[in-house]
Amino acid sequence: MVNDLDDIIIKFGSRIMIPFMQLYGLYVYVHGHSSPGGGFQGGCIVAASFILLAVAFDLNESKKRLKEKLNTLFCAVGVFIYTGTGFLCLVAAGNFLDYGKLSRILPVDTFMARYYGMAMIELGVQITVMAVMVSIFLDLVTRGQHEDVLGPRP
Amino acid sequence: MNRIAAVVVCIIAGFLLLYSASRFPRWSDPNQPASVHVSPRYIEKTVAETRVPNAVTSVLADYRGYDTMFETSVIFTAGIAVMMLLRRSSDGK
Repeated sequence: MVNDLDDIIIKFGSRIMIPFMQLYGLYVYVHGHSSPGGGFQGGCIVAASFILLAVAFDLNESKKRLKEKLNTLFCAVGVFIYTGTGFLCLVAAGNFLDYGKLSRILPVDTFMARYYGMAMIELGVQITVMAVMVSIFLDLVTRGQHEDVLGPRP
Repeated sequence: MNRIAAVVVCIIAGFLLLYSASRFPRWSDPNQPASVHVSPRYIEKTVAETRVPNAVTSVLADYRGYDTMFETSVIFTAGIAVMMLLRRSSDGK
């Protein structure tokens, strides 16, 4: 599945689509505050762009753009951003995940502090979902080998 | 014999489930219990309290922040579990 297809139509089409998919994933995250969307959906769209890269080209092309070590790090960084925002609220003398108290740190009022607190945790969700989707896909299609399953090309 | 007993149990259980389903609140009933407890407060106060026009996002990320935090943790745990079960490095370790 994840080998070099050498199909010019698929390669060219996905090369055009992938930047727009990633941009759209960020759009869905940013617009999650005022329209349907958010971290889960945006993360899935960004992950789909990397999966399309792995399917249309090959596994190494996808791993060249998103290093395996960086991807594994991203899995944890997202959860860290989420809980870190919660602990930041503790530092600001509020309850855990009580974003209103962030107004003592950020130069905004209580209500906008809740707005930005939500944006921060959605960013964490987006990063974790993106990294975990890509990681699970790569593990499943290569049976954990993280190499092209068909081996080196002759 | 076992098979007949299983069929009888299935029929009785199905009848009980259908009977309890007939007592459910009607669809889109504004007075059903789920719509009168906290939902009106969230819908009315979301923009005033959080400046977020999308009530889904404010409930998901603010009022129910713990829930979403552990949803994210579950996804993270799923990724770690797949890594532990499947991933083998190329040098055989």
